[in-house]
Amino acid sequence: MSDEDKTTGPTPPAEIDSDVAQSGTESQAVAARTGMFGVRGTGDTSGYGGLVAPVVFPGAASRPFGGYFDEVADAIEAVTGAPSRVVVHRGEITFHVRREDLEVFARALRDDAKLRFEMCLGVSGVHYPDDVDAELHAVYHFLSMTYNRRVRVEVSAPDADPHVPSLVSIYPMLDWHERETYDMFGLIFDGHPALTRILMPDDWPGHPQRKDYPLGGIPVEYKGATIPPPDQRRAYN
Amino acid sequence: MSTTDDIYAGSQETTDGRVFTVTGRDWDELVRGIGDDLAEERVVVNMGPQHPSTHGVLRLILEIEGETVTEARCGIGYLHTGIEKNMEYRSWVQGTTFCTRMDYLSPFYNEASYVLGVERLLDIEDQIPEKASVMRVLLMELNRISSHLVCIATGGMEIGALTVMTIGFRERELVLDLFELITGLRMNHAFIRPGGVAQDLPPGALDEIRGFIELMKKRLPEYAALCNANPIFKGRLEGVGHLDLEGCMALGLTGPVLRSTGYAWDLRKTQPYCGYEDYEFDVQTWDTSDSYGRFRVRLNEMWESLRIVQQCADRLAALEGAPVMVADKKIAWPSQLSIGSDGMGNSLDHIRHIMGESMEALIHHFKLVTEGFRVPPGQAYVPLESPRGELGAHVVSDGGTRPFRAHFRDPSFNNLQATSVMSEGGQVADVIVAIASIDPVMGGVDR
Repeated sequence: MSDEDKTTGPTPPAEIDSDVAQSGTESQAVAARTGMFGVRGTGDTSGYGGLVAPVVFPGAASRPFGGYFDEVADAIEAVTGAPSRVVVHRGEITFHVRREDLEVFARALRDDAKLRFEMCLGVSGVHYPDDVDAELHAVYHFLSMTYNRRVRVEVSAPDADPHVPSLVSIYPMLDWHERETYDMFGLIFDGHPALTRILMPDDWPGHPQRKDYPLGGIPVEYKGATIPPPDQRRAYN
Repeated sequence: MSTTDDIYAGSQETTDGRVFTVTGRDWDELVRGIGDDLAEERVVVNMGPQHPSTHGVLRLILEIEGETVTEARCGIGYLHTGIEKNMEYRSWVQGTTFCTRMDYLSPFYNEASYVLGVERLLDIEDQIPEKASVMRVLLMELNRISSHLVCIATGGMEIGALTVMTIGFRERELVLDLFELITGLRMNHAFIRPGGVAQDLPPGALDEIRGFIELMKKRLPEYAALCNANPIFKGRLEGVGHLDLEGCMALGLTGPVLRSTGYAWDLRKTQPYCGYEDYEFDVQTWDTSDSYGRFRVRLNEMWESLRIVQQCADRLAALEGAPVMVADKKIAWPSQLSIGSDGMGNSLDHIRHIMGESMEALIHHFKLVTEGFRVPPGQAYVPLESPRGELGAHVVSDGGTRPFRAHFRDPSFNNLQATSVMSEGGQVADVIVAIASIDPVMGGVDR
């Protein structure tokens, strides 16, 4: 191996102007937090029981997104039309895509000469029980080695119909990642060659990473006491 | 049927056909025995999950024809401990104590990827003190050396090169001693915390680090002398586990496997974090796309890591007394640790302050330690170059004091997908070499 080859990686991306990249005056409320100190079941004597604080996620950003984000967004829109929402937060861009558009979107990301996202670093599920009709989210991280860029793509599916198209035919590396997300969240990736459980045993009931998955407490042999499951213990919220 | 005589290695009829249990005996004899009445049927061998040469609890399902592997599949999940789920019920700071246990050979990388994600959500990336970043880089690079040493050591052991194993663990012990000196623990450190690191360098640490560098400069050539041109070593590794650049791209492989194809992709250079742009080092590549190339890449990377450690030590010498935690008291861990007569614990000065001097300090300490800080809603993904490839934590916050979701993209998990491609068509013995060259750590794979 010659010496001059050793440092020839792609050049680092230009700094993203943080003022521009933090756009998003609109916001996206998905849940609400009530009270303080996590009091449940008993009368709240803290005086904070009436507090209601909405859980507000960063909302849709407007142009310009800043940095390379605009170039990527232009190239995507030329192929697939506008994504349903674009969020720019903390220097990272997220395209929220309707699940029926996901395959076209991913194919464009991989094949378009201006995009060239060769790698998908995996899919991570997130369960938002209060996001009605979009409870289950699948979050994909894409990496373009050619242009040294990253984007995130997020799709959602309602709990009643937990289907998302599989991207294994486009990104073979997603095979195990989709199986893991199915295993943990019950998201069904239509078109996956063998969507089976991967971390949990094959006959395991339920999908453990869902927020409504019962955790179970530990019975303690002391005067009928039990240690409550973590989600029912008293905690701050 | 010769196998039925052995009470420890008998065969039994199941609904799936006849199952043979093999415990260390002559393979030829078994194959002959199977051949007697099952000549036309395929032989499926379960290797693992408890097998000394499958790198932890990895189960390999091999379909073989004689000694040739026709199909190879991995069964994983035997070490699944629900770390990601557990983190959702602990505070943001406590999360580091969980994620450090995932990939137990590179704990600092797990911590760093999670912590960098939390810091991005907190929007304090610019406020991390220089000394904290330098210490993170120092620990991560020392960790890269210890991780590569284990990879080379166990990889050597699996092909019968036991001296490589013994000297590999000998040197790893030196790194673990440094970890113990700096963090108090040999592994599971939880030392890199949101906002900085848990505590300052102890006195004398820099001298120890410098001594380690000098010693390693003498010891690392031993690996090269033992292995690089060793005909047996080369015979076992060269051309085995071949995966070219197209294969790596299709299967998402990163790290030494990708660099062994000649592509100089290293996130420390391409997308620097923790100030890696300030260090001088070269990305190591090889051009053979095989297990031997990956061994050489790892060996060379240890030299580069030593270079970085040297630069860290020089910078730390100039940063004596500088803060190692972010100045924001609403995020920084309030208590400082110190070593007393009974070991490490909360510093007595701090105890005196909160118990005897300031009620507000006590309240502050109590709130921050029990409740923790809140992280603004949003999501972040911060990747970094772990010894095995791209490790990234997808951290989601709903504005609470606990992670709403923390998902780790572990490189071992992804890279193990290449097992089939690397080993099908080869010999059974080469499966071991191919997997060792991926260097999977099952704690990270299963999490």
